Amino acid sequence: MDMRVPDRRRFLTLTAAASATPLLSACGAGFGGNEERKGGGSAADDVTGSFDWKKARGRTVKALLNKHPYTDALIADLKSFTEKTGIEVEYDVFPEDNYFDKLTVDLSSGRASYDIFMLGAYMVWQYGPPGWLEDLGPWMSNSSATGAEWDQGDFFPNLLQAGQWSLKAGAPLGQGGQYALPWGWETNVVAYNTEVFKKLGLRPAETFDELREMSGAIKRRAPGAGFDGMYGVAVRGSRSWATIHPGFMTMYSRYGLKDFTVDGGRITPAMNSPEAVAFTRDWAEMVKKGGPPSWTSYTWYQCSSDLGAKKAGMLFDADTAAYFQAVKGASPASGKIAFHPGPKGPDGSLATNMWIWSLGMNARSGNKHAAWLFLQWATGKEHLRRAAVEGNHIDPVRRSVSQDGAYKDKMKGIEGFIETFETVVDQTKIQFTPQEQFFDATTSWAAALQEIYGGKNATSVLNGLAGDLASKVG
Amino acid sequence: MSPSLTGTGHGAASRGGGGPPARAVPHWRRGLRPYLLIVPALLLTGGILYPFGLGLYYTVFDFAASKPQPDMVGPENYRRIFTESSFWESARVTVLYAVGAAAVETVLGVGVALLLHGSTRVGRVLEKILILPLMIAPVIAAIMWKLMLQPSVGVINHLLEPFGMGGVQWTDTPAGALLSSIAVDVWIYTPFVAILALAGLRSLPASPFEAAAVDGAGWWFTFRKLTLPMLWPYVLVAVIFRFMDSLKVFDIIYALTEGGPGDSTVVLQIRAYLEAIRFQRYSFGISYMIVLWAVVYLVTMVLVRYLGKVQNRAAEVPK
Repeated sequence: MDMRVPDRRRFLTLTAAASATPLLSACGAGFGGNEERKGGGSAADDVTGSFDWKKARGRTVKALLNKHPYTDALIADLKSFTEKTGIEVEYDVFPEDNYFDKLTVDLSSGRASYDIFMLGAYMVWQYGPPGWLEDLGPWMSNSSATGAEWDQGDFFPNLLQAGQWSLKAGAPLGQGGQYALPWGWETNVVAYNTEVFKKLGLRPAETFDELREMSGAIKRRAPGAGFDGMYGVAVRGSRSWATIHPGFMTMYSRYGLKDFTVDGGRITPAMNSPEAVAFTRDWAEMVKKGGPPSWTSYTWYQCSSDLGAKKAGMLFDADTAAYFQAVKGASPASGKIAFHPGPKGPDGSLATNMWIWSLGMNARSGNKHAAWLFLQWATGKEHLRRAAVEGNHIDPVRRSVSQDGAYKDKMKGIEGFIETFETVVDQTKIQFTPQEQFFDATTSWAAALQEIYGGKNATSVLNGLAGDLASKVG
Repeated sequence: MSPSLTGTGHGAASRGGGGPPARAVPHWRRGLRPYLLIVPALLLTGGILYPFGLGLYYTVFDFAASKPQPDMVGPENYRRIFTESSFWESARVTVLYAVGAAAVETVLGVGVALLLHGSTRVGRVLEKILILPLMIAPVIAAIMWKLMLQPSVGVINHLLEPFGMGGVQWTDTPAGALLSSIAVDVWIYTPFVAILALAGLRSLPASPFEAAAVDGAGWWFTFRKLTLPMLWPYVLVAVIFRFMDSLKVFDIIYALTEGGPGDSTVVLQIRAYLEAIRFQRYSFGISYMIVLWAVVYLVTMVLVRYLGKVQNRAAEVPK
């Protein structure tokens, strides 16, 4: 009789073989990255004939979006896109806290779960080199794919250039492929509480020294003038890259300071130059004397809320962070918030750093023509005007929208907004050096700022930071 | 040989007599049956081993977003980890956190269990309330505490103000941030230790305690010589769980301080997350995770071995 009883040895052999299978397949597993298009070239080359919005009708575009008032304006207008093109849009909206983690994981996995997504200019430096982003240049220059009314020249040049890069660390923006299109942006300026300024007889600071002094003065005097618990200036302080790019980088740039210097392709950290050390020390001192309590946990959200709750006399951050507290009925301070470009640098510079919500296309998308039509519509004059006038798309990326009468009428109710926007718009650009280690560099920079705020010696902390970064970006 | 004698036809034949003849089960199917039975366990094991194996495999490359076609670098990632001062700083913070949280939770948990043990209606009501923190997701608890610890509008400083202690910057200093994080951990997980200890207390035999009472032993003597030795295996199980968990902490600290101020609360998990996800240096980030896994594994092995000894010793206590 041939009765084969399953013995322990056979069992272990089979188990080992089964367990090894995934391990072996792992050895052959790919590392993601971009798959080269067969025959090279761009998918844009496949679109020929005359331009027609209906060319990709019946298709569905998948979008990954961040929760934002700009997004709300886009979603509210999606019906008009579908009517115009016959293309359906499916979208997922994630809160900002985990939006970029979701996008990063999705792109790095090599899947094409989403055809289009929101991103910032800094993300181009991270997502561009591995080949995750479609170069939109060929689409923009193909008259069969792009309608004449799209009007590339209507974008503010600095904004268009923010998404254009050669993918070489240290190379300036505005050269190479177009990896993202400007859609909505934020400039970093000072917003202040007019009520407390009037009561304390203050005028917006024109220099950094004045700003520092004024922050401390508000913290000392405002509580006695009926503003219980009010401090001087709200600025971000959490251990995150987002702490560096708004007010801090704006004022840093107005002092003519650089994050890195680039010489013959070699990138050298410059945040430890004597001038940068002095500025950083002054900034930390300003926060200590006139900034928020528990500053090291402060994100844009706390800064914005404090301005709205009359806890902060000023806010040096994105204009949107103040605008949404300033509109009627939005907060206890609404109607009492005004805008100002902020302090000038020693040479009168109003160089300003910006955050730009851009739209990009997944290089692995199998639906690129429909995706491009969506991008074209979302960044086109028609939608952006509607979003600015009817929605809360308050910083137009197009000159025509910024000059639109209905838009100006809407914004003139907010004291100083239009004047501030027009003063800084041409001087607002990405002030950082483009390089792939941006998030590491700025997160470490924020940690260094916290240490200086905590009392550590600014020179040694920034020298340590520069030494650490030199090995990573050099 | 008749098929009915070798197959499952056995039962059918004996059952009925009049029914249709039982079908013979082919040899190969009988041979396959034991393997089919272990398929779920095998799949589960494979599901764990696959990502682990893949992760381990990635650590010998320099895979990063900036290097999508990586080179094999052997143990270079591990060498870098162990030679970077940031690793040792993170390891120090992780150990401080884990030891601090596990120790306080153990002492408090056992104390609470002793208070609840033997009490009547009040104890039973308090038991129910006690588990409430465990029902809250740690990240939500951390956000809740972040608001409560806010110096100007937080409720903690508001409560301390009458005693002249308002305005404390809870998370703005390195020591304050670490202690605040441990405090949140203690708030969430002390009930876990207390419940395990309470279950242990209730399972202890009554006779040794009765004998001790007859002999006139005091509370402290009884606790030291009877309760604690017999309860120790239960406490140690709680310690193992809490220590392992605390070594792997991420959510509480990330939600409360993001690792700041400076690098003062960057534990190993946070550094791994930053490296792998935020900075997209995948191989290096995964190497951090593998190192952390090895540490947790080794520590757990030592503790479990110790637990075995303690259980044997507890079993020797006269019952």
